[in-house]
Amino acid sequence: MSVAKPLPHDSAGLHVTGAARYVDDVPLPANALHLAFGLSTVAHGEIVSVDLDAVRAAPGVIAVWTAADLPFANDVSPSIHDEPLLATGTVHYVGQPVFLVIAESHRCARKAARLGRIDYRELPAILTVDEALAADSRFEGGPVIWSKGDAATAIAGAPRVIEGRFEIGGQEHFYLEGQAALALPAEGGVIVQSSTQHPTEIQHKVAEALGLPMNAVRVEIRRMGGGFGGKESQGNALAVSCALVARLLGRPAKMRYDRDDDMIITGKRHDFRIEYRAGVDTGGRILGIEFRHLARCGWAQDLSLPVADRAMLHADNAYHLERVRIESHRLKTNTQSATAFRGFGGPQGMLGIERVMDHVAHALGLDPVAVRKANFYADMPDASGGDISGKMKQATPYHMEVEDFVLNGLVAALERSSDFAARQVAVAAWNAANPILKKGIALTPVKFGISFTLTHLNQAGALVHVYSDGSIHLNHGGTEMGQGLFRKVAQVAAAGFGVDVSAVAITATDTAKVPNTSATAASSGSDLNGMAVKAACDTIRERMAEYLAAEHQTLPAKVHFEEGRVFVGGAEMSFAEAAARCHQGRVSLSSTGFYATPKITWDRKAGRGRPFYYFAYGAAVSEVAIDTLTGENRILRADILHDCGASLNPALDIGQIEGGYVQGAGWLTTEELVWDDKGRLRTHAPSTYKIPACSDRPRVFNVALWEGENREETIYRSKAVGEPPLMLGISVFSALSNACAACGPHYPDLRAPATAEAVLAAVKRARGEP
Amino acid sequence: MNDIAFLLNGTPVTVSGDNPVRTLLDWLRETRGLTGTKEGCNEGDCGACTVMVSDAAGTSALNACILFLPQLHGKAVRTVEGLTGPKGEMHPVQAAMVEAHGSQCGFCTPGFVMSMAVAQRNGATDHDDYLAGNLCRCTGYAPILRAAEAAASVPAPDWAVDVPPAGATPAPFAPASSDALAAWYLDHPEATLIAGATDVGLWVTKELRDLPEVAFLHACADLQGIETVPGGRKVGAGVTIAALRRAMAGPHPAFAELLRRFASEQVRGAATIGGNIANGSPIGDAPPALIAMGAVLHLRRGEARREMPLEDFFLDYRKQDRRPGEFVEAVTIPDKAPGLACYKLSKRFDQDISAVCGCFNLELSGSKIKSARIAFGGMAGVPKRAAAVEAALAGRDFTLATVEAALPAFAADFAPMTDMRASAGYRLETARNMLLRYFHQRSGAAVSVLEVEA
Repeated sequence: MSVAKPLPHDSAGLHVTGAARYVDDVPLPANALHLAFGLSTVAHGEIVSVDLDAVRAAPGVIAVWTAADLPFANDVSPSIHDEPLLATGTVHYVGQPVFLVIAESHRCARKAARLGRIDYRELPAILTVDEALAADSRFEGGPVIWSKGDAATAIAGAPRVIEGRFEIGGQEHFYLEGQAALALPAEGGVIVQSSTQHPTEIQHKVAEALGLPMNAVRVEIRRMGGGFGGKESQGNALAVSCALVARLLGRPAKMRYDRDDDMIITGKRHDFRIEYRAGVDTGGRILGIEFRHLARCGWAQDLSLPVADRAMLHADNAYHLERVRIESHRLKTNTQSATAFRGFGGPQGMLGIERVMDHVAHALGLDPVAVRKANFYADMPDASGGDISGKMKQATPYHMEVEDFVLNGLVAALERSSDFAARQVAVAAWNAANPILKKGIALTPVKFGISFTLTHLNQAGALVHVYSDGSIHLNHGGTEMGQGLFRKVAQVAAAGFGVDVSAVAITATDTAKVPNTSATAASSGSDLNGMAVKAACDTIRERMAEYLAAEHQTLPAKVHFEEGRVFVGGAEMSFAEAAARCHQGRVSLSSTGFYATPKITWDRKAGRGRPFYYFAYGAAVSEVAIDTLTGENRILRADILHDCGASLNPALDIGQIEGGYVQGAGWLTTEELVWDDKGRLRTHAPSTYKIPACSDRPRVFNVALWEGENREETIYRSKAVGEPPLMLGISVFSALSNACAACGPHYPDLRAPATAEAVLAAVKRARGEP
Repeated sequence: MNDIAFLLNGTPVTVSGDNPVRTLLDWLRETRGLTGTKEGCNEGDCGACTVMVSDAAGTSALNACILFLPQLHGKAVRTVEGLTGPKGEMHPVQAAMVEAHGSQCGFCTPGFVMSMAVAQRNGATDHDDYLAGNLCRCTGYAPILRAAEAAASVPAPDWAVDVPPAGATPAPFAPASSDALAAWYLDHPEATLIAGATDVGLWVTKELRDLPEVAFLHACADLQGIETVPGGRKVGAGVTIAALRRAMAGPHPAFAELLRRFASEQVRGAATIGGNIANGSPIGDAPPALIAMGAVLHLRRGEARREMPLEDFFLDYRKQDRRPGEFVEAVTIPDKAPGLACYKLSKRFDQDISAVCGCFNLELSGSKIKSARIAFGGMAGVPKRAAAVEAALAGRDFTLATVEAALPAFAADFAPMTDMRASAGYRLETARNMLLRYFHQRSGAAVSVLEVEA
């Protein structure tokens, strides 16, 4: 069967030959126009006057529009209509689009966009968490608070209380392909190609902006050059702009951000401050804990509420916290509107509790892994399925039963495979012999909840055609951003008909084929779309089986589809022949498929319910080295054991794990976003913002998949893999903290990202130096 | 007659040079419709636009986004579209990438493939170094390295070998000798001289400047030599960082190692030592090392020549002792600097700009410090000697006590700034710590985190 095979990415051959086409590669009609935004240069201010004469007079400029020129909705927000495409009256961050230049070339548009003269009356800008708190500048009125049990009393009565606070930096997506969109005028509407994870949202925002019904807008996307959450909502502005030009000027329009513009305009991962107070027993078991999350959300709401929710939902990570209180502040600042980024708040919440584990271990002089184990949820002995009633009840801080926990066994296996205990000893010995360089080692687990927390998003549709020659056309609502979704779903379709995967044509995501889709996000792509495709294939196969069975005077249940052949009673034919016969027999060989995730129910206000269908698990061991004179640091080795259920494609899953780990490590080490005191982002290009390079990967990099099936009925019992591995990178941060702690008796209090400068500061804290 | 002629994927092409600062990337994508070469950053930092360029000196991987068309005159360019064989068969590096699952989103992949194809052709196996200029956000690099290792053991195919056109006509906008350049520049002192374009390229792609008058230096073959002179090597301004790195591996391994971390393979193959100096950046990596070694700079204006210790060239932030119409002709690097150590501190080890670059050259006589030359980048508006620190060391015993006693002198030499790369306090502290590192290194202690293994 085609599932479970380590097949290459569907476009691998196109990628390596340069034949894979991205939005900016689509040949343009001769009269196409190119767009660029003129950007706000102040973080907060009223627009006093706008002089665009020089922009209009610049070579190649066709038109220049401000908000007043927009015919219908001036909004590109994915949530509460608080994000004008072009600023109206007030600007809210440095980089906010104020006017749109429409020109004959990309370069003409960019050059002209710099010629606008806008006078502002500057208003006080709120840039930091502290400034936002002081001004009570926030979304959702007040903090969101969820609790279980009486944390305060438990802490008060605990033998030891550990408290602290630390900063967690944000992260730029740095998808290699910048944001891009292209719109063509069409009869009655527009056709849009957009580098987006969410074509339906693009369709929706374009329709609003054009004053048209959604059926007048068709959005297509074959592939993105990376998304990571950064193309869930951040492509709206470009697509809407292009569509407006196509509609109003009747000419094709393309917009792509130059890299610096992309980084200055678009949102990033939320930076957080996390404060914690934990009451623990002498064995490091947490008796009660309180968290305070301070999320810097930027100027518009975007997806910040569910992001901050997911941070709260991962404040427990793998640990059974019986008395817990989590308070979450969603702070509004005059900076880019922070947005979705792989993990969607989960990484920040998880780093909070992992930091507590390390702090508790340090304070009590215990082994950090022993403290973690002392707090783990219990494994379910029959986690691969079966009855668990009567087993120990264990609930998350949001009162969801944890029924599929595997980390006790998984971590034990990883400790063995990574030779963890011996290496801990070896690291200590090495440190004793090396005064200037120090090593650190850490093991951290991941438990990540799978499902959109906005329950209605957990649905997907598919459209499958079988042609009379037996070839199969596959379409579904998911988008391909490099994760290999299209390959996995094609494997599902091929399995559905018992054919080779080469018989399945993978086609661009298209709102005209499958409507009302959810974003390809929340790791849900294969879970949702795989099931929808399977439903469509099942429908067609059952119709074929019924017809062929009747034709051969047997039962449909006796018709089998295997290895490109169809077995009907005693007869056998190729799948192509079967398709042709069914067509002759006037059987519909086309079907939609639909899937809605079962079991989930969630009350986010109360913080109660079952927001997740299941959890994905993993654990990583990282070994690092630091230089105590400069803080320079490196990952030396990583060992990972990760749970993908019954993997649909082990090669693609391992790719997600390796890539996620390195991306997570980058977030917590070299990737530092710096704003100046005027709210200007100073790190807006790869020259100043440093994602991991080739030599930053661990030289020894062992990745294995945990053997086990999803106990829930997911597609072939697989598990989602997009986001969870990013959080394996937390082990790098923990190992760096461990190395810093080897320098002295004090808690190093490492902040994230652990740049060389941050590591040196932590080394000095460990030593008690000023 | 500004036509630019070169080979594109084996076929001769002629391009009008009406706009001498049109980039190869824009021309490939917009004019030729060859969209396999990608724009990731448009500043030479991501490698998505990597192409293969061959000339008489060999084959290099270069960033097309900051390569101007006139620089290609008489050369051969091969893009990812030209990498597959005559029957459409994959190049071994392409096949290896598919086999190893080396692509996910695929956007960086053409650039990686081109870097790997150049490396394979040149027999390079330092995969981490030649791929340092190619960023990938999806894979975590592990499968790409597996592909690179697999491809390295396969012979390069005989297709995709380019022989640059012989007898090319003179290059447009490019003086053919330093004499011609000197004469022309005297008459056009406001013109922009372009060597590798790794900095000027960004004036065009990021600052969106039009450069009304330019001269390209790549045709001045007489600026591209390394000449042995008494006590040293006279390195022509047009020598690329890649060539300089090779030349320094023997006499100055510490400098060569610093140059390994200078930008990326693609940038080192284009950037020149003259550009790195003349540019006057306080964070260029070569000047601190050259100053620590006691290098001498050679300037030329018309027929007039003068020379000076390199440190004297840097007057103030972005202000050099260079007169209108005067250009950097060469730099002489002394052969003797056995005590040289170069420390580059940046957020990322590879392909990053220094927060602090400290270069130390202490000559010992017995236990005494006979002379001390110490220079830093990133600590002032110019690459600058640590005169007070040098004074605190020279003539004293080379001991930890001497070194520690010299540490306060750093504050007399430097008042660094805070920016996105590092804070002022961190810069000053690590500059001091680099002196400690130097002492420990010469005492035989392990001081390089790059040399630690799991």
